[in-house]
Amino acid sequence: MEPIHITTPFTKEQARSLKAGDFVRISGIIYTARDAAHKRMMEALSRGEKLPVDFTNQIIYYVGPSPAKPGQVIGSAGPTTSGRMDAYTPEMLKQGLLGMIGKGYRTPEVIEAMKAQGAVYFAATGGAAALIAATVKSYDVVAYGDLGAEALARMNVEKFPAIVVIDAHGGNFYQEGQKQFNRLPQDGAL
Amino acid sequence: MRVINASRITDAVAKLAIEANYYLPQDVKRALTESQCQEQSQLGKEILGQLLENADIAAQKAVPMCQDTGMAVVFVELGRGVQLEDDLEAAINAGIKKGYTEGYLRKSVVADPLFQRKNTGDNTPAIIHIESVVGDTLKITLTPKGFGSENMSAVKMLKPADGLAGVRKFMVDTVLTAGGNPCPPIIVGMGIGGTMEKAALLAKKALLRSIDCRNANQDYAKLEEDLLELVNLTGVGPQGLGGTTTALAVNIEYYPTHIAGMPVAINVSCHATRHAEIVL
Repeated sequence: MEPIHITTPFTKEQARSLKAGDFVRISGIIYTARDAAHKRMMEALSRGEKLPVDFTNQIIYYVGPSPAKPGQVIGSAGPTTSGRMDAYTPEMLKQGLLGMIGKGYRTPEVIEAMKAQGAVYFAATGGAAALIAATVKSYDVVAYGDLGAEALARMNVEKFPAIVVIDAHGGNFYQEGQKQFNRLPQDGAL
Repeated sequence: MRVINASRITDAVAKLAIEANYYLPQDVKRALTESQCQEQSQLGKEILGQLLENADIAAQKAVPMCQDTGMAVVFVELGRGVQLEDDLEAAINAGIKKGYTEGYLRKSVVADPLFQRKNTGDNTPAIIHIESVVGDTLKITLTPKGFGSENMSAVKMLKPADGLAGVRKFMVDTVLTAGGNPCPPIIVGMGIGGTMEKAALLAKKALLRSIDCRNANQDYAKLEEDLLELVNLTGVGPQGLGGTTTALAVNIEYYPTHIAGMPVAINVSCHATRHAEIVL
């Protein structure tokens, strides 16, 4: 499939131009964070502190990589389930976040918050962790290093493969894609 | 009595943990390759292609296929003619620690599930199931279970009157709820019968059978085929993005149960369904 190439930092115009179902390749700086890093960021905000990174127009990749072998930039690095970050996402969007990469469904609250911000949710292929790691050119921890694989890190990626699943207008490719192939009996009889 | 010493068990477990995480089982690879030809969604084909390419890269570079290298589940068939010098569970856990450290596998186990949630640092303890069997060998099967798929698993205490329709509905509901979370195409292990925990254990065991083999009982073999067809009608598709390949296989194990019940467990597994075994 022919991908749409995206170079970070992301722009609002670019985000709005993407449609659910688009296959993209992302290049440039993105950030990594998952459950524990999100929890710490929320705690920091509630104490009135600034976040370790200015997330304006940035993309967060939900990942907890495996340890790098000697000579490797990063270990295997596929997406984790995004739903666990749903509780924190509306606040992250308020902080300026414009893109998220993960896998799986998001809540209606998250989708509404995404529309308000004009943000995009991308799916990376869960399980394709060695393939994705090959697109990572650098990996540097910027905060919460004690969390190990769950630390907040800055990643430089080149042609990272992803699919737009929820676009800035609320278009949802999980729904659209599945509807197209759902052949279950319509009367519900199984 | 045949003596097997602890260090042999530890080394074997370490090797299995690494092998299972680096190399895609051959039966799964064949099924993925076939599904890529048959998949009707273009995006689905692209994803299945990525998964196959990923398996090649992981094998070539000797790295984990997935960053979630799982909580290790270990099934042991212990021959009654085997004499162990030391504690079997300790030897297995020492192997987990060794394998996860030397193999650069991610340590994903927390000691306390509710309050502290502090990482144990070496991926121990494993979940260990020991069975006593005839013979003088020790068979170890290790399956690193990632939680993207484990979290989508479910147990339901169906009523006998729910029958086949109840089983089919439970399957469809579970697969639709799971969507893209368990990294489809999935492999589904189903346990029917026994008690609540027996059904769950059967479901896990079902995942260890080659996906090329159907249940020896013809009724259950047919049910496996019917349920696979049903799951693939959901349209969930590769990664939940729509398509005709939602599952590669459904494996079922069953057991006698009580007159008043029909426990059913569904253990969802990702496309890789990593496992490796050795006989000592």
